[in-house]
Amino acid sequence: MGNDQSPPSRNGASRSRRIGMWLFLVYVILYAGFMGLVLFRPDMLSWRPFGGVNLAIAYGMGLIAAAFLLAFLYMIACRCDATDA
Amino acid sequence: MIYESSPVAIAIFASFVLGVVGLSFWLGRKGQSAKGYYAAHGEIHWFVNGIAFAGDYLSAASFLGICGMIAFYGYDGFLYSIGFLAGWIVALFVIAEPIKALGKFTFADALDARFNSRGIKLAVAISTLIVSIFYLIPQMVGAGHLIVPLLGLPHAVGVILVGVAVTLIVVTAGMVSTTWVQFIKGSLLVFFCAVLTVMILGRGLEVNAGRAGDEDLTAQVRTVTPEGKVLVNGQPQTAENDLRAVGTIHALPARYGDARETGPLRPLEYLSTLEDSKVVTWSAKKHTDEQGSHTTYSPTIREGKDLLKPGGYFKGLSSGSLTDRLNFASLMLALFCGTASLPHILIRYYTVKDAAAARKSTVVGIAAIGGFYVLTLYLGLGAMTSGYLDPTSSNMAAPLLAKSFSETLFAVISAIAFTTVLGTVSGLIMAGSGAVAHDLIENFCGVQMTDHEKVRAGKIAAVGLGLAAMALGILFRNFNVSFLVGWAFHIAASANLPALVMLLFWSRTTKQGITAAVTVGMLSSLGWILLSADTFEKVYGLSRAASPIPFSQPGLVTIPLGFLVLVVVSLLTPRPTPRQVSA
Repeated sequence: MGNDQSPPSRNGASRSRRIGMWLFLVYVILYAGFMGLVLFRPDMLSWRPFGGVNLAIAYGMGLIAAAFLLAFLYMIACRCDATDA
Repeated sequence: MIYESSPVAIAIFASFVLGVVGLSFWLGRKGQSAKGYYAAHGEIHWFVNGIAFAGDYLSAASFLGICGMIAFYGYDGFLYSIGFLAGWIVALFVIAEPIKALGKFTFADALDARFNSRGIKLAVAISTLIVSIFYLIPQMVGAGHLIVPLLGLPHAVGVILVGVAVTLIVVTAGMVSTTWVQFIKGSLLVFFCAVLTVMILGRGLEVNAGRAGDEDLTAQVRTVTPEGKVLVNGQPQTAENDLRAVGTIHALPARYGDARETGPLRPLEYLSTLEDSKVVTWSAKKHTDEQGSHTTYSPTIREGKDLLKPGGYFKGLSSGSLTDRLNFASLMLALFCGTASLPHILIRYYTVKDAAAARKSTVVGIAAIGGFYVLTLYLGLGAMTSGYLDPTSSNMAAPLLAKSFSETLFAVISAIAFTTVLGTVSGLIMAGSGAVAHDLIENFCGVQMTDHEKVRAGKIAAVGLGLAAMALGILFRNFNVSFLVGWAFHIAASANLPALVMLLFWSRTTKQGITAAVTVGMLSSLGWILLSADTFEKVYGLSRAASPIPFSQPGLVTIPLGFLVLVVVSLLTPRPTPRQVSA
């Protein structure tokens, strides 16, 4: 895989890959945190800290927003690598 | 409930379906190569492909199933939205670019790229077929449910109609037309759901859905006699003697005093006001005696704050039942891992020119799909309080919500939902026909075919899959479509993900390991589903207690099992050659 790439772009690709893995890890932690609350502390999800909206909705919406944000960051990181290469 | 069709609804619906099929014929008018039929020549623009991802993914389960589940059970339907979107993170960060670099037409190409193994080809082709068929069932069920109120035709006619239209789309132009159908459908679905959400917020919340007095809280009984006659509250079902539409606000928060409506609300204000309101929800209970099968629909006045937290559908989350919590954890794991293993999603990576385009189209897909899933919460809650819910069918909540605004909007939303089904089913049939023609006939059986014959074999397979989909759609008509699609995610995640991930990240992976992991993951998850308490009760009509399986959702066991089998078998078989590792 990727054998036809020149060394600089291969370095760029592997750096993007590493960034991708870190971003993936961030999301996994967020997702696992949500699942942990739903499974073991569902009472906490009734707490209403955000403009009258409870934590269940705020965290759920936050996960959707986080997915987009991380995806966007990844695209920028990959674009920088392509430019560097 | 009995529905009457309107000429406007029929005209709008017919124009959508004919437009889609016509587009397909137009795109397929030129002669085709195998690369054109299976991978749209790899020339689709990444933005179009990204929206087409949304078109592929936002299926009947996402639109009809999630909205219905939120409308009937509250927050728990939104958990499906969260899980469905989370799976795209795996697709973007782990799968997208490598799968594009490894494959040609199908998912089996990617898994087999290093090994050229007949075992891998066979196992992956069968797993692709099984996942595609399990994913097809809820789409066809959803199509049937849409046809009933829109055209006043029986459920089975809807299933057959979508089956015929989709087979025509796939047979005429393959992946090119499938992609454009998905692009149009994905754009329309997100746009019109946003319009519907703006209308929900503009209407705000109204006691008894704007009607005088309180909602009628008398229980309703629907009976099917041994002769097959339908009775409502003991009398024959007619347009005049039918079940009432249900689901309203019972009381607004105290701060509104005697007011019966809130007026327009901002997005967060809508949610917080609903949390402080009281809502009438309806539940069904069945019993059978010598006079027939009776379903009693009973109302409950519930606090909004209880509907906006987990536990309405997944009861164990509030009761603390271990089995229910395992079921839930297993489902959410399968949704997380399943997306990046769905064959009809994976083949879309071959329609763009390179890995960068694959990545960019995934990001566009995440934006469109994520935006849509935020809207599902408002659509579901809007349906819950619209006074238009059909107590017999959660799948009809979203179209009936549109009907609460206007007949025309109802027709447009139903037509889009139907196009949604057309798009998703055509993607699934493409994936399945590729598995049969390219993976099984050409690669596994070694049948040498010309380019033209490859395309013809794919088209014949598509017709066969279309017929199977129609039969299964009629058989499974009484299931919630989100529930059904969960099964497809379990099988896909158990059979495909371990092999994909380990092939990409563990150089010691062998062809025997991949074959064993796909086979064991597929058979164990399929067997688990067939022996589960849910299947015993809802498919076989047997007691839940007769099931030998401790909880119904297999992913928590079968996904790790797939990884374990791959590691053990790979360690027990000869190392791959250096050439295979670096391929």
